[in-house]
Amino acid sequence: MDITVNILLTIATAATPLLIAAIGELVVERSGVLNLGVEGMMIMGAVAGFGVAFLTGSPWLGLLASVVAGAMFSLLFAVMTLSLATNQVATGLSLTLLGLGLSGMLGTSFVGQPGGRLPYLYIPGLSDIPVVGKLLFGQDPVFYLSIALVIAVSWFLFRTRTGLTLRSIGDNHASAHALGIPVIRYRYLAVMFGGACAGLAGGHLSLVYTPQWVENMAAGRGWIALALVVFASWRPLRVLAGAYIFGAVWIGQLHLQASGGISVPTQLLSALPYLATVVVLVLISRNKRLTLTNTPAALGQSFVPDR
Amino acid sequence: MRLELVKRPGRSKLFSALSPFIAFALTLIAGAIMFSLLGKSPLAALHVYFIEPVTQLWQIHELAIKAAPLILIAVGLAVCYRANVWNIGAEGQFVIGAILGSVLPVVFPDTQGAWVLPLMLVMGMIGGAAYAAVPAFLKARFNTNEILTSLMLVYVAQLFLDWLVRGPWRDPKGFNFPQTVQFSPSATLAELLPMQGRANLGIVFALVAAVLVWVLISKTLKGFEVRVMGSSPRAGHFAGFRLNRTVFFAFLLSGALAGLAGICEVSGAIGQLQPSISPGYGFTAIVVAFLGRLNPLGIVAAGLVLALTYLGGESVQTALGVSDKVARVFQGMLLFFVLGCDTLINYHIRVVASPGGDGAEAS
Repeated sequence: MDITVNILLTIATAATPLLIAAIGELVVERSGVLNLGVEGMMIMGAVAGFGVAFLTGSPWLGLLASVVAGAMFSLLFAVMTLSLATNQVATGLSLTLLGLGLSGMLGTSFVGQPGGRLPYLYIPGLSDIPVVGKLLFGQDPVFYLSIALVIAVSWFLFRTRTGLTLRSIGDNHASAHALGIPVIRYRYLAVMFGGACAGLAGGHLSLVYTPQWVENMAAGRGWIALALVVFASWRPLRVLAGAYIFGAVWIGQLHLQASGGISVPTQLLSALPYLATVVVLVLISRNKRLTLTNTPAALGQSFVPDR
Repeated sequence: MRLELVKRPGRSKLFSALSPFIAFALTLIAGAIMFSLLGKSPLAALHVYFIEPVTQLWQIHELAIKAAPLILIAVGLAVCYRANVWNIGAEGQFVIGAILGSVLPVVFPDTQGAWVLPLMLVMGMIGGAAYAAVPAFLKARFNTNEILTSLMLVYVAQLFLDWLVRGPWRDPKGFNFPQTVQFSPSATLAELLPMQGRANLGIVFALVAAVLVWVLISKTLKGFEVRVMGSSPRAGHFAGFRLNRTVFFAFLLSGALAGLAGICEVSGAIGQLQPSISPGYGFTAIVVAFLGRLNPLGIVAAGLVLALTYLGGESVQTALGVSDKVARVFQGMLLFFVLGCDTLINYHIRVVASPGGDGAEAS
C-alpha cells in the first residue's frame, strides 16, 4: 500500500510541471498566439528559482523569482510577435534557443551546489491519515497551486465574460478588433500569463522535483507541454488528464530502469516519453472533428490592426 | 508609448538587404552590454570573440569545419520554411544520417576501396531522409503537427546513438570508452589542404548544395511550387500542386542534407561515433537559415557568421573564463534581432506617444 502511495506521489510530482506549463500555454493559444518558447521560459524559471533560493536561502523567494523570470522572458516574445508582428514559430524557437543559452551561462556557478527544497505540506492529523492523508494533504505546495490553476483557468475561460472575449480573439482577431476589443493588450497579458506558468513549472523542477541545477534540466518537458495542449484539444480538464498520463509514463520508465528486471536498453525506456508524445499526437490529430472544432482559428497568425 | 506598424506599399528592397547587417550590429551591441555585465571589458571581449578566432590560416580551416554542417542543414531548412513546412528536427536527422552512414566503417571496418566513402555519404543521406520522412508522413496522413513530432524525434535519435556507442557498436578494444572504432582511411573524408589545416570536403559539399538548391528554388518548377505552397496554398491548389507532395519534398530534401552533414561530421571532423556528435548544429542551422534570408547564397555567409559564434565561444572561454554557453546566447540573440529587423521590410514603425492613437497618418 505504501509503495502504491509513493508511486502516486512521484507521478504527481512528475506531472505537476507539465501540467502548469501546459495550462499556461493553453491560455496563450486560446488567445490565438502560438508560443514555442515554453522550453526556454521553463529553463529560465528553473535557473532563476534555483539561483535566488541558493543566494537568499529561501526556496519561497526562489519560487517567486521563477514566476517573475518566466513572465519577463515571455515579454521578449510578446514584444516581437505582438508589437513587431514577427513570425510566431520562428520567434518562439529563438526564445527557446536564447533561454537554453542564457540559463546555461547564468547557471555555471550553480552546478553541483546544494539547492533549497520547498517544504511539503504537513497538517497535523490530516496528513497522518493512512493512504489519502499523504496524497491529499502531504504534497508540495506547487502541486496544490497546479490543481487550483486548472480550476481557475477552466472557470475563467468558460464562465467569465473576459474569458469569452479571450477565446473570441483567438478565433477571429479581426472581428474582435472591429468590436473594439484591445486584441494586442489581451494577447500581451495571455503571453505573460503563459510565461509565468512556464517559469513556475521550471521553478518546480529546480526547487521540488530535483532540488539542484543541472543544465538543460527541462529535458524537453516544455515541448511535451506544448504537445499536451494539442492532445487536450485546448480543454483545461483534458490537460490535467494528459499531464498525469505523461507523469505516469515518465515515472514508469524510471522505475523500469531502476528495477533492471527486464532486459530492455535504458535508452529505449528514456525515449518512451518522447515516443509516447508522438503516438498521442497522431492519435489525436487523426480525429479531425475533435481537433478542427477546438483549434483556435487564428492560432499562430500575426495581427496588425488596420487603421 | 507604444509601437504602431504601418504597412509599406511594397517590400522594402533596402531593408531586405540591410536587415541581417542591422541584426548583427544589434547583436554586437547587446553582446557588449552582456560582457560588461559579466565584468569584462566589452571591446576587448568582442575582439576575443569575433576577431581572434580567425586571425590565422588554420583557424579559417576550423571555421570551415563548423560552417559546413550549418550550411548543409540550413540550405535544406530554407526549402522547408519557404514551403511553410516547419522541420525543426534537423538535429535528429543529422544523428540518424551519421549512424546509417557509419554502418560500413563500424560493422565492416576492414572494407577498403574508393567506393566506401561515396557509399557512406549516400547512406547518410538516405538515413537523414528516412528519418525526416516520419514527421512528413504523419503530417500528410494524419495532419499531425510536424513541429512537435520532428522535435520529439531528436531526443529519440540522440538516445539511439547513445545506446549504439555504449552497447553493440562500442569499440571492443576501446578501454570501455563509449565510442566506436576509428574509421579506416578509406572511410575518412579527405582534408583539402592538410599542410594548412583540417578543413575537409564537407565545406565543398556545402557550397555545392547551396548553389544547387539556389538553382532549384529560383529557376525550376519545383522551386516555384515550394514558394507558392508556402505563401498561398490555396493558389497552389488551383495551379494543380498538391500540399502533401510539397511537404514530403521539403522534408526529404532537408533530411537528406542534414544526414549528409551528419556523416560528413563523423567521417571528417570526428573520425568515429561518440555519444554526442553535434554541438546543436541542427538547431543553430535554424538561425543560419533565417539570417541568410532563406536564400541559399545568403545562407553561405550566415553559416560562416554562426560558425564564428561557436569558435568565439571557445575563444572567450579559454581567454576570459566566460562560459562557452555564451555562443548559444549570441545565436539566440542573432535570430531574435534578425526576425525583428525583418519587420522593417514590410512595415514602417511609428512610435505613438499616447495610448489609443488618433489615427492620423503622419509618416
